[in-house]
Order: sequence, then C-alpha cells, then structure tokens
Amino acid sequence: MQSDIFAKRKKDSLIFFFLLILLTVGSVVITQYDVSKGFTSLLKAFIWGGSNFYPDGKSLTILPDVLRKLWDTILMSIAATTVATVFATLLALVGSRTTRMNRLFSLVARGIASLFRNIPLVAWAMVLMLAFSQSSITGYLALFLGSFGFLTRAFIETIDEVSNDSVEALSATGASYFHIIFQSVLPSSLPQMISWILFMIDTNIRDATLVGLLTGTGIGFSFDLYYKSFNFHAASLVVILIVITVILIEMVSNTIRRVIM
Amino acid sequence: MKLELGVNREFSEPLLELKHVTKYYHGAAPALEDINFSVAEGEFISVIGPSGAGKSTLLRCINRMIEATSGEISFDGVLISKLKKRDLRKLRTRIGMIFQHYNLVDKLSVIENVLHGRLGYKSTLAGVMGRYSPEEKLQAMRIIDLLGLHDQVYKRCDQLSGGQKQRVGIARALIQDPKLILCDEPIASLDPNSAKIIMDHLRDVSAQMGITVIVNLHQVSVALKYSDRIIGVNQGKIVFDGSPSALTAEKIAEIYGSESNDLMVELGERYAI
Ligand SMILES: Nc1ncnc2c1ncn2[C@@H]1O[C@H](COP(=O)(O)OP(=O)(O)O)[C@@H](O)[C@H]1O
Ligand SMILES: [Mg+2]
Repeated sequence: MQSDIFAKRKKDSLIFFFLLILLTVGSVVITQYDVSKGFTSLLKAFIWGGSNFYPDGKSLTILPDVLRKLWDTILMSIAATTVATVFATLLALVGSRTTRMNRLFSLVARGIASLFRNIPLVAWAMVLMLAFSQSSITGYLALFLGSFGFLTRAFIETIDEVSNDSVEALSATGASYFHIIFQSVLPSSLPQMISWILFMIDTNIRDATLVGLLTGTGIGFSFDLYYKSFNFHAASLVVILIVITVILIEMVSNTIRRVIM
Repeated sequence: MKLELGVNREFSEPLLELKHVTKYYHGAAPALEDINFSVAEGEFISVIGPSGAGKSTLLRCINRMIEATSGEISFDGVLISKLKKRDLRKLRTRIGMIFQHYNLVDKLSVIENVLHGRLGYKSTLAGVMGRYSPEEKLQAMRIIDLLGLHDQVYKRCDQLSGGQKQRVGIARALIQDPKLILCDEPIASLDPNSAKIIMDHLRDVSAQMGITVIVNLHQVSVALKYSDRIIGVNQGKIVFDGSPSALTAEKIAEIYGSESNDLMVELGERYAI
C-alpha cells in the first residue's frame, strides 16, 4: 500500500514533466519561435540598454515633472484601492457564508466578484476608453473595478475562514446582525483585510503605469512620451523612479503588516 | 439538596420543557427523535452519549441556533418555537452558551470579549460602537475577578491558554445574567487540570448563583462527579434520564453501544485511583 503511493507519485511527476515538455515543444513549433535567436536578441537588448538606457545629467531636468506625475499615480492607486475597499467590504459581507443574509444574494455577490476579478485590467481600460476616452478617469475606473473584484473575493475568503466560531457565540447571546458584524466579523478579519489592501495598493501602483500607457495619463504616459521621442535617458529615469517607488511601497506595507499581524 | 430539587420539580413550573422535539437534517435518519424532558431551576444536568448521538443538536435546538423540525420547547414560561426574531434575541439574552472551541474574538481583549455578553440588551448603534455603561464594565470586572482572570483583563485572547479562554467564555455567559447556561463539550479541548477548574466553576455557577446548567460531556466520569442528573443520548433518542447513582454499567453500555468497552476500562481505572 505504502509503496504503491510512492510509485504513483513517481508516475505522476513523470507524466507532469512529459506534458510540460510536450507543451513547450508544441508551442515553439506552432509559433515558429526561434529559441536561440530569442536568447541572443535578449543579450543584444541588454547591451543596447547598457549603452543607451540610463539617466544622464540632462534628463535630470525633467525630474520635477516626473515626480509630480509619479505622485499623481500613487494617489490615484491609493484612491482606487480605498474606494474599492468600501464597496468590496459590503459585497463580501453579502457574499460570505458566515455573514450572508440569504443564499441567492450570496451567490450573486460571489458571481459579480469572480466576473470582475477575471476581466484583465487592460480589458477594463480598453472598454472604459470607449466611454471616457483617454483620461485619468478611465485609468482610475479601470484600477477601481479590478481592485473591487479582487478585494471582494479576498475579503469573502478572509471572513469565511476567520470568524465562524465567534459569530455563532455572539448570535447565541442575542446580539443582532450589525452587532455581530462590527464586534466579531470585522475585528477578526481586519488584520488580514488590511494586508490585502496593502497588497492591492502595491499592485495598483505597478498596474497604474501600464494603464497610464493606454490612457495617456500619469507616469505611464511620461514614459511613453520620452520613449517614443527617443529620449531614452529620460525614459530610463522614469523606469528607475517607478522601481524605487514600488520597492519603497513594499517596504512600508511589510512594516505595517508586521505591526498589525 | 437533591431532595429539595425533586420537590421543586413537582410543584413549580419547570424552567425548560421539551415535548416531542424532533430534528431531521437532510438525511433520512433523524438527528433527534421525540425528545421529551423538563428541567427544574438550578439543576446541573449532563448530557452524555457517543459522538454523533445528537448532543450538540439537542443543545442548539434549545436556543434555536438550530431549528427543530417539530415539537415544542418552552423556556421560562415562553413557547420559544413560535418567537419572532426580535423576541428570540430577547430570549437568548437569558440563555448563556459555552463552546468546545471557546468561540471568542481572538483579536480582541478579555474585557471586550466578556462585554460581548451584553450585546443582546443593546440598541443597534450602542452595540455597533461597543458602548457599555459604567455598571456593565464594573460587573465585567467583578466576574473576571471571580474567574481568576484579573491579570489578563487587557490581554488579547489569542495570548491566553485554553483553560483561560474557556473562563472568558464562562464570563461572557455570566454577564448576560442568564437563567440557563448551555455548554457544548466545554472541556473536550482541555488538559485534565484546566478541565477540573472549568467544571468546578460551572458547579459554582449552578450551586452559588442558582443558574441552571446543561452540559454536553464526553467523559462519563466527569458527568458522574458533577451532575444532579444525567441524560444519556444514543442515535437521537434519550435512553437514560436519571440521577448519577442510577447510571449502572448496563445503562452505560446501552448509551454508548459498541464504544462502551473502552469506556468501562477507562472508568474502572479512574475509580481505582
Ligand atoms: N449541520 C448538519 N448538517 C447535517 N447533518 C448534521 C449537521 N450537524 C450534525 N449533523 C448530524 O446529526 C447527527 C448528530 O450530530 P451532533 O448533534 O453533532 O452529535 P454529537 O454532538 O452528539 O456528536 C450526526 O449524525 C451528524 O452527522
Ligand atoms: Mg457535538
């Protein structure tokens, strides 16, 4: 019996690796992708980047403008996340098994969350562009909708796993629905929820850059502008600032996480 | 003491009365079948039986955390099966409940968890904001002292031991000012020392405060030691209802079915000590 299990595991991993190789070879053949050329051009890209893609003294003059754009982007990401948090919390309370008022609403809430989460951000941006054209409201809404779906899903799972027992205890004392939400569900879930919110802000700052490319706003637009006008030194400065920002934000969120968990 | 209770039971209205209570979950077999018993004020009752017998279901039908399929339950002169949501909340304030896994809000402090026992008496806003009166806070402190938790008042509950958590659970039930406390396997997750402390507290609650206690137990020896009365449940039916002295080896065998052999060995060992 025991050895059977080990034999089965071994067989499973063999099958897995075989499938992986098949998939890789298959897709290379079908797309006619030249693997060796792929690697050599990657190398070329690095060499080109090393000789052109770095900030020089002149590019520093754009710093104030880029920093302002960066600041705008950060604020937009945070605003999109916080507003999404409010709506996601409400929908998660409807959707969670622990706090739902009835089964049908819960199902609908979960459905909405899955739908929103599974539409890629870029798709949201494109659809929204039809309505709002290239503007910062497009970028904001795209981030908001993506965050809303993701956070709802995350909050539903958090509430489901965290607060079952104390909810039962409080209903047994005669506490009302809202008492239970505010005295048991939210206090129990809050640290985990804050952790998700920080993660979302983090992700949104990265994504805002990408969305900015599409919608012509924020830091993404700056990059696009300098890159397309062959001002690679300036474009590289933008990239470096983005990377620094993302690292800083991540450090801040990790610190906050350590304190609250 | 016991004699007195016997007299009480005959002359005064029972505190709790179950008539023909039956509960079906989805399956064909009932989890509870035609349960009948009544409880006098101040009694300490243990409900014993193998796991899956229906003990938890029985306890939760009493405060309607689970809805019985049919039958009547009255508590303190009120027919609880008919109560609307609002009145059910009011009724639940008079019935405390204690759980195997303590069911505290771990992220909150001891005092906050204890005060949760007052939520049933509060308006929506006051409860949501967690506003408690000075008297309520004072009372919480008194109960916390009584249970020997004065050094833990402001500690977060996830920093407590199992025994301490269960004492917070008892404090939360006591501050409700209940007439009845239901305990679902309160010592099943505890080591023997903590278990004894918890059972002693429950006995004090019953003997000194006059609160009626119904406790689901796994250990027959504990039931024998603490109870005025034992109810044995098997496959959703009451197969024994009487004083501990009437619980013979044959009766235990009947309650526990095939599990009883191990149990008798365990009991024998305990009595030998
Ligand atoms: N929520 C539920 N849904 C379906 N069946 C349940 C549920 N809770 C308990 N049961 C079943 O009802 C029976 C009695 O369970 P329970 O009251 O938990 O017994 P005990 O507390 O004595 O172990 C068991 O057969 C159990 O599987
Ligand atoms: Mg049980």
